[in-house]
Amino acid sequence: MLSEQLVDLSRLQFAVTALYHFLFVPLTIGMTWILVIMESVYVMTGKTIYKDMTRFWGKLFGINFALGVTTGITMEFQFGTNWAYYSHYVGDIFGAPLAIEGLMAFFLESTFIGLFFFGWDRLSRKQHLLVTILMAVGTNLSALWILIANGWMQNPVGAEFSYITMRMEMVDFWAVLFNPDAQAKFVHTVSAGYVTGAMFVLSISAFYLLHGRDVEFAKKSFRIAAAFGFASICSVIVLGDESGYTVGEAQQTKLAAMEAMWETEPAPAGFNLIAIPNEAEMKNDFAIEIPWVMGIIGTRSLDKQIPGIREIREKNRERIVSGMEAVTALEALRKNPADAAMKAEFEAHKADLGFGLLLKKYVTNLQDVTPEIIEKAVADTIPRVTPLFWSFRLMVAFGFLMLALFGAALWTSVKGNFADKPWLLRAALWMLPLPWLSCELGWFVAEYGRQPWTIYGVLPTHLSVSTQSVGSLYGSLAGFVGFYTVLLIVEMYLMTKFAKQGPGSLGTGRYAHETAHA
Amino acid sequence: MLDYPSLKIIWWLLVGVLLIGFAIMDGHDMGVGTLLPFVGKDDVERRIVINTVGPHWDGNQVWFITGGGAIFAAWPLVYATAFSGFYWAMLAVLWALFFRPVGFDYRSKINNPTWRATWDWGLFIGGAVPPLIFGVAFGNLFQGVPFQFADNLMSTYTGSFWGLLNPFALLCGVVSTAMITFHGAVYLMHRTEGEVYRRSQRAMLIFGGLLLATFSAAGIWLWQGIEGYAIDSVIDATALPNPLDKTVVRQAGAWLANYGHYPATMALPALAYAGTLAAMLLAVNGATLAAFVASALTIVGIIGTAGASLFPFIMPSSTDLRSSLTVWDSVSSQLTLSIMLWATVIFMPLIILYTSWAYKVMAGKVTAAYIRENEHAAY
Repeated sequence: MLSEQLVDLSRLQFAVTALYHFLFVPLTIGMTWILVIMESVYVMTGKTIYKDMTRFWGKLFGINFALGVTTGITMEFQFGTNWAYYSHYVGDIFGAPLAIEGLMAFFLESTFIGLFFFGWDRLSRKQHLLVTILMAVGTNLSALWILIANGWMQNPVGAEFSYITMRMEMVDFWAVLFNPDAQAKFVHTVSAGYVTGAMFVLSISAFYLLHGRDVEFAKKSFRIAAAFGFASICSVIVLGDESGYTVGEAQQTKLAAMEAMWETEPAPAGFNLIAIPNEAEMKNDFAIEIPWVMGIIGTRSLDKQIPGIREIREKNRERIVSGMEAVTALEALRKNPADAAMKAEFEAHKADLGFGLLLKKYVTNLQDVTPEIIEKAVADTIPRVTPLFWSFRLMVAFGFLMLALFGAALWTSVKGNFADKPWLLRAALWMLPLPWLSCELGWFVAEYGRQPWTIYGVLPTHLSVSTQSVGSLYGSLAGFVGFYTVLLIVEMYLMTKFAKQGPGSLGTGRYAHETAHA
Repeated sequence: MLDYPSLKIIWWLLVGVLLIGFAIMDGHDMGVGTLLPFVGKDDVERRIVINTVGPHWDGNQVWFITGGGAIFAAWPLVYATAFSGFYWAMLAVLWALFFRPVGFDYRSKINNPTWRATWDWGLFIGGAVPPLIFGVAFGNLFQGVPFQFADNLMSTYTGSFWGLLNPFALLCGVVSTAMITFHGAVYLMHRTEGEVYRRSQRAMLIFGGLLLATFSAAGIWLWQGIEGYAIDSVIDATALPNPLDKTVVRQAGAWLANYGHYPATMALPALAYAGTLAAMLLAVNGATLAAFVASALTIVGIIGTAGASLFPFIMPSSTDLRSSLTVWDSVSSQLTLSIMLWATVIFMPLIILYTSWAYKVMAGKVTAAYIRENEHAAY
């Protein structure tokens, strides 16, 4: 049996490195399109200021992009270094989108990012714009493939277990590709990235306007960010991840947990605006409920029921008991693949194999399973409710705050008087951290809400790790934290320096703060 | 869909192509990084060196990322076993690579000698450490790696990080570093002039000589002193992969057996020698582009030699022989191999096409005048 400490440390290391990586990714995704918009205006109007905008915001984009690349390599290494059994068990399906991401998207993005920065004097205007567009397309396709891989972890379609190879094998690539969960995730995640990019430009432009410098530059940037940001935040909210929550059991479990829905309510279910979940007694000690809302958001209907936690647990208990048979038959088959009776037994319970594997957290040999252990495994199938409940609500609240901000920014942009509204500019400045906080919370809801599984219903988290020593994990975790802290300090230093200096850092002689040297 | 045995062989070749692509493309960036503190003596010279690869290193690094992804998708057991077994070695590669994106992008954004010198050494680490460790890893593959599979195919590695650093593996590390640095030096000659060109030429001759010497030494050692591995059960290439379903023996000279069975493979080590000598000769005579092609062929020869010697093994196990991973039993399903083949056939030519265009756009010598004119925009 794998030590719980090893599993926890492996999870912590993955969470730390993934959350850190995700500080840089959304901004990259959003900024690419903002750069495309700015440069398109430059190519259409021929006004130099739009070229300067593309170059200046591109410079800040580059500082951010460098760390996105740095921390992205960690993610690719880590499945192998720390999640070896996972890599073996689902690599046949999970590896393919990662490899295709490299071939189709990351090559495109990374090759053209070089020309974006260095090609200004060597390419015609239209050629350079094409380079910027291809960079943006590559970035967004990259997100698509990563989310196809991630969507499969939440809703593992198009694959079957083989007892000979002892792993999941792909049977329908198109099902993996068009996994509704992956599609919903893609739209939600890239839109969140667009919001992040828009907020970045909006806030820093507001900063220049508050200081009354580089006014034309800041105004033009602000307007673009306001329009792009408003469209994006609407997309995040309207096409929210919710649309994916009716798909598959994993998402139903997650939905019930993040809504603290203990009981299955008659449709359409109410939405708990605020609640104090009591995990031990499986009820809410206090709740303010808005009738109907949950059912409508969750199922897009008035008559479909959303299962509550108690109902899900009962179903999972049956699956664990059936899964025990599958594991026992599988172990016999591994010793004697010709055993026809065992094969029939295995086929009968194969669908519940993953649930049987949940018991391996407590016993090596399933003959030692007691009713208490089954109860523990049943309890494990529901992620902890309180952190999910509040993370989700915080994310949504931030989303609506940003909707208000971008709404006001767009409205005043249309009227042309935002520069005279210091309250709005200050709000834009102070709300700068919100998209990052929302993205991190969203990541947490999606991935913590998937526990106790790495692949829902297929492979429990505790079985997925590499057999490293606990000492190695402490060492590597300390190394990552050390490197990442230093890198963050360096990045923040440069970002603040250049954001404060503004377009003067281009050295064109057209802006404030030209004297400071790059 | 192609039959399973063909796909297994094709993917062995394709992983080889991706590793070679990585070594040629990301390799010359790493060679340039390794040479940076030595061929650039002042800030302008160092910026010249960095800007020869400035617009391209990022795209080139994707060869590495795609190679990793392809191993994950095509050989999941190899990806799982190698990355987890070589834990600290992999982390050393990863942490060394950290210095590259930030080193390239951040170095020249602050005009402070200490800041810039720090990142220059960071780029040196990011250039020198990965090839060294990959060479050491290959050296260990020839000796076998201490890991074994349980019944459920969960692997356990029983060696230590320090055990990887044995003399033969270190020699392979020197071969690999010399190969990459040589290649980088040839590239620098192609893209620079003046003092940097002359220093690069000196480095090219030193590392070319070192490469010929260490490659020969490693070959002799492999022939005389390293016991190879051989499968001694019948292999059914059409079977679903299960590494525990075979028996393996250790045999003296087994690593050279393929050259006897398939004499054509002797062209690979011959290419390594011919490429190195031709690159040195061409570079000295100023035909730097042809020299770069020749040093790329050197890389094909050297990595090809390693692959052909090991075939069909990918990662032999020294502690539980039957756990050894081979091209027959480490692979993905037929469907996945087939889909990945299509993806490669479609996208690889496109990648080569637009990468070539990017190089064409940025072609020419990087000069001190270029750096002065692009004070704010260049790296």
